[in-house]
Amino acid sequence: MSGPLLSVRDLTVTLPTARGPAMAVRGLDFDLAKGETLGIVGESGCGKSMTALALMGLLPEGAQAGGSVALGGENLLAASEKRLCDLRGNRLGMIFQEPMTSLNPLHRIGDQIAEPLLLHTDLSRRQARERAVDLLGRVGIPNPRSRLDAYPHQLSGGQRQRVMIAMALACDPDILIADEPTTALDVTIQGQILDLIRDLVEASGMALILISHDLGVIAETVDRVLVMYAGRAVEAGPVHEVFADLSHPYARGLFAAMPRLAAGGAYPRPPLPTIPGIVPDLHDLGPACAFADRCSLAEARCRAEPPPPVSSGSGSHWAACWRTEDARALPIGGAA
Amino acid sequence: MSETAAFFRRALRHRSFVAGGLLTALVLGMALLSLIWTPYVATALNIRHRLALPSATHWLGTDALGRDVLSLILAGAQNSIMVAVVSVGIGLLLGSLLGFLAAARRGWIEELVMRFADFTYAFPAILSAIMFAAILGPNALNSIIAIAIYNIPIFARVVRAAANSVWARDFILAARAAGKGAFRITIEHVLPNILSVIVVQATIQFALAILAEAALSYLGLGTQPPTPSWGRMLNEAQSYVFRAPLLAVWPGIAIAMAVLGLNLLGDGLRDLTDPRLARRR
Repeated sequence: MSGPLLSVRDLTVTLPTARGPAMAVRGLDFDLAKGETLGIVGESGCGKSMTALALMGLLPEGAQAGGSVALGGENLLAASEKRLCDLRGNRLGMIFQEPMTSLNPLHRIGDQIAEPLLLHTDLSRRQARERAVDLLGRVGIPNPRSRLDAYPHQLSGGQRQRVMIAMALACDPDILIADEPTTALDVTIQGQILDLIRDLVEASGMALILISHDLGVIAETVDRVLVMYAGRAVEAGPVHEVFADLSHPYARGLFAAMPRLAAGGAYPRPPLPTIPGIVPDLHDLGPACAFADRCSLAEARCRAEPPPPVSSGSGSHWAACWRTEDARALPIGGAA
Repeated sequence: MSETAAFFRRALRHRSFVAGGLLTALVLGMALLSLIWTPYVATALNIRHRLALPSATHWLGTDALGRDVLSLILAGAQNSIMVAVVSVGIGLLLGSLLGFLAAARRGWIEELVMRFADFTYAFPAILSAIMFAAILGPNALNSIIAIAIYNIPIFARVVRAAANSVWARDFILAARAAGKGAFRITIEHVLPNILSVIVVQATIQFALAILAEAALSYLGLGTQPPTPSWGRMLNEAQSYVFRAPLLAVWPGIAIAMAVLGLNLLGDGLRDLTDPRLARRR
């Protein structure tokens, strides 16, 4: 393979706020190969959604993106709006968090699925409609032909998310970006949608960027994971290595705060561990570790110098922390 | 389409919508009728029968020059509606374009469009009509231009506000992620979602335009003689208000009917197209 499909270097996203610019993403680097699946995980406000929108060129009004996002060598951040319109829905597909409101209530779902096909391919209206039937079938909507003329309000949340996936897949994108695709759905449907996404990714060979705050979702779905905190990657690597050997205090805290069924666990169950403190203010973050104020291992060095990435395991797993050795000893509950 | 049928069933139960619809239909009918038939030629003078009271020959009497008042009222409806349709049409078209542009482009373009709207809005319609009359001479065309210009910022504001709220919705982001440009999103997603707002506003503006046309003609700045016009009939009746008070009453009733009818219609449409109200009924 000749280089990665997508190469993100030193990505920054600055949002205008009443109190001045806030750095939502601060120097993110990652590569995505063809067919590879990457999970981005972190709590609300860590910059994961902004990263996704920056890749699509869909940042909100006034937001500034810096660094570079290269898709097959072309820097998307420097691309014109017209060029981006050509890429979106064509080479880049995106699924959103809210299936209930992400479809236009006034248009039939068949037309909405056919839309990207009419925009990006030479298919006729009739051919696009046939392809829409095919896509609806692929995303597991029963009787796809009869559902083509349904309006969004006639579908359930899970079905609407399937329709959104069909829209995103219509043109066989190189990369599918899924921003919390299951957060708004109930648990049984979540599983189905994730299975569907995983199967479709495997079948089509596209790359996937899955954004979630749910470690379980990430662990089940992707090859590689990137943990974000306050706009930075704090830990990344192959998903099994990372989860087997969490080396950043924040990643461990996040993992410990995950509710899990304990076999033969005590009842009432002990309260879930929490990470003390709150997410830092994005307005005035220095180069030092942003997690230092909430970290039980923090020392003077953490607040003074930026932590270096420390490799472990096979070498592609790293954590940005001065004290990875000590962090690995922190309890994460569950198995511990 | 059962949804369309349901809409009409609800509409027929809505009192102000029905009343407004009937009044508006009546005024429209008068205008259409005057195109093919009036009891007398509306502009024909008959000095011997001047200031006649209502009778079997002249149902609403005659004016100071012996013209048949009923014929003048019918022909005046034509003039009022023509001026209102054209001026509101121009205002709606240009104003909506600006509103859509502002919502789609945001940033300095939106700022520029909206400040332009504020600037235009700051001139009362009458004032700009006097200006146009002074520059181009008083006639119906100038009153159309003045009323149209008055309507542009109104539609620009209404459309921008409504379009902005649609642009903020999730399905717009999804449409953008599918690769749609701002133009297509405006046509396919924003316009259908705010069409009812535009229609309701247009109905109200239509009423105001009829009122404005009457006012301009009354002041001598609009429609010129001999074209029949409700506003000018009022003006001419003013001199005879003690000898023949009915002459002022007839055009007054006509104007009131048209304006009231359109306002009721607009209110009714607003209620009927508001999904929150629709669900409650």
